[in-house]
Amino acid sequence: MSPVPSNLSHISVALVGNPNSGKSTLFNSMTGLHQKTGNYAGVTVDKHYGSYKHKNQEFKVTDLPGTYSLYPKSLDEEVACRALLSVDEKIDVVVIVADASNLKRHLLLATQLIDLKMSCVLALNMIDEAAKNNTVIYYEELEKLIDIPVIPINSRSKDGIQELKEAITRAKISDTVFYNFEKQKQLFPQIDSYQTLIQLALDKKKEQPHAIKEFELNDNLHRFSKINYMVAKCIKQPEKLNKNLTQKLDTFFTHKVFGFAFFFLVLFVIFQFIFYVAEYPMTWIEEGFAYLMNTVAVSLPKGKLSDLLVNGVLAGISGIVVFVPQIALLFFFIAILEDTGYMARASFILDKVMRKFGLNGKSVIPMISSVACAVPSIMSTRTITNWKDRMITILVTPLISCSARLPVYTLLISMMFARDKSTGILNYQGLVLMGIYLLGFGAALFAALILKKVLKTTEKSYFIMELPVYRKPQWQTVAMLVFDKVKVFLFDAGKIILAISIVLWFLTSHSPGDAFEKLESNAVAINLSEADLNAQKLEASYAGILGKKMEPVIKPLGFDWKIGIALITSFAAREVFVGTMATIYSSGDSENTETLREKLIAEKNFETQLPAYSSAVCWSLMIFYVFAMQCMSTLATTYRETKHWKWPAIQLVFMTGLAYLSSLLVYNILN
Amino acid sequence: MQTLDTLALGQSATIKEFTDDFLSLKFIEMGCLPGEKIKLSNIAPFGDPIAIEVSGYVLSLRKQEAATIVVKLNPENTIESCAI
Repeated sequence: MSPVPSNLSHISVALVGNPNSGKSTLFNSMTGLHQKTGNYAGVTVDKHYGSYKHKNQEFKVTDLPGTYSLYPKSLDEEVACRALLSVDEKIDVVVIVADASNLKRHLLLATQLIDLKMSCVLALNMIDEAAKNNTVIYYEELEKLIDIPVIPINSRSKDGIQELKEAITRAKISDTVFYNFEKQKQLFPQIDSYQTLIQLALDKKKEQPHAIKEFELNDNLHRFSKINYMVAKCIKQPEKLNKNLTQKLDTFFTHKVFGFAFFFLVLFVIFQFIFYVAEYPMTWIEEGFAYLMNTVAVSLPKGKLSDLLVNGVLAGISGIVVFVPQIALLFFFIAILEDTGYMARASFILDKVMRKFGLNGKSVIPMISSVACAVPSIMSTRTITNWKDRMITILVTPLISCSARLPVYTLLISMMFARDKSTGILNYQGLVLMGIYLLGFGAALFAALILKKVLKTTEKSYFIMELPVYRKPQWQTVAMLVFDKVKVFLFDAGKIILAISIVLWFLTSHSPGDAFEKLESNAVAINLSEADLNAQKLEASYAGILGKKMEPVIKPLGFDWKIGIALITSFAAREVFVGTMATIYSSGDSENTETLREKLIAEKNFETQLPAYSSAVCWSLMIFYVFAMQCMSTLATTYRETKHWKWPAIQLVFMTGLAYLSSLLVYNILN
Repeated sequence: MQTLDTLALGQSATIKEFTDDFLSLKFIEMGCLPGEKIKLSNIAPFGDPIAIEVSGYVLSLRKQEAATIVVKLNPENTIESCAI
């Protein structure tokens, strides 16, 4: 009996299994490069789908989020469950992926899927692990008991993939029933199948929490009694499990000294790579785009359109692509840590400390990485399965000082100490810089504490997590994840960043009326230098006008309209602050901050004739940059990762509000 | 009534029952069934969370979660804990 219709344009296959069942590796092995990432409507869970051809038949594969059962306990699990019941996107074949070395637990989900009366195949993954444990599985016996094809595979070495593809064509609806229909019918008279029962459990969870819980509990216990019988018949397992290597490694990785030492080593290596190593390709990208922009500008006739193309579009794309090295490197390491099983140990040893702040053991890597850049860090919070912990990590991560703030800090600190010649044994500048970084960390932890109290969630927080056996990293899986993350960033967050950078370009390069033309003809008449002309143009532009309009608002912080303009432009990226100030003060090359510094120090306040950049102003400005959400890319990434404008809006308001109040306080104390 | 969080490292026990409704559902899905043998295999450096060996794999959980699992010490413990 083959219930799989063969006259369809394609057959849709869903991979379903526990987390850690090797499902994603199997997905990669089956589809290769023919895969895409989308999303499920209304939720933040990514949808991975792809396709392959087998005997001239097209198969579309969806890798459903990992779940332990059809009674969801988290958002991911609910997505998987609803996808299976979906009527709109009907699934033709379910491939149940189970870990052969840990079959008993994995069979729970398998029996539930079989009861759904969908065409199923059971893929017994990690047969190499099972063999290592001296576990013997009688496949034919198991096949008879569950009445669907059973295929032993090893998704890592790709053994059995062809056999699995063949078996998918003869997937069948099992005649075996695992749940107790009569008993459930008595409890829920409206049901007529397991499918309707599951649907009911999903929908009535809020109305009849007690009855549903009771059903889920009894059903699972009932299933396990049947599973125990099957396992006894089909599996020969030694009493003592051969997990020596994992045990030994655990002693080391969770040791109170070596465990933490190793974790800090991991952090150090990641940090070195995304902070220093990434700088090389980032410079190449920037130089490459600068060359391209120059070439295009020269070869196109001068005008609004070429200006838009070069300084709007190309500059915007350059600002997006420049993130790729950091994203790729961070995810390269994260993929290895996840794939080897180390990540679970890292959260095991860090959980107690992080829990106090409403964070998760897995929040540490995103938070440390954001010293380099918040964008890849926010993307990496995907590894945190608990919704609330993940949201808190996303929201507080941008408070940690990133590398784009460094040029701003450097300029301001050098200005503060330029007047103060006293240099003792301690280097004050270094000390201040360190203090500023610590302030960022402190603010992030403090904000996490507050969010822990404020954020409401219906998802119960727990830390019941499998510590998987250690395995060698699978390079294909690593490469796929890196590729996927880079693609998602470029196309999803990228389009928002591009749109904002075009708006910013318009604001700085356009003026109301013919102000620019007048300035230009005037410049020719009085033989004005190009730098001075640019400064005048920026002042006359929409950004300049906005800066001046903003002045009353930012004056209490000690800022003038010139800083106002720089605040607007540096929304593109914080380091743009330095470049904009260089343009305003017509100090020429933004790379050479020496002249800029001189000019800023010499600047006098228009009203008081005192130095405009007193140390109170410098401190106020620096504190502003520590806290303010001056980064469109971070906002775009937060939107991409939360699928809701609410979260970037909260980030923007709360961070910039915090920045405003702190600067106000600092300026008024020091002035 | 002894609960899982009170076990010493290396001690083994048998699960008797659960005291939390929601967590019991989760535990059962993770293979922690009444009657199942478990062994406390690891304690995190700060004393929490802990890890147990259950149905052929290692599960980590917080102490407050472990406190909802009622266990009975296994008789072979006396021998095993002596070995440690």
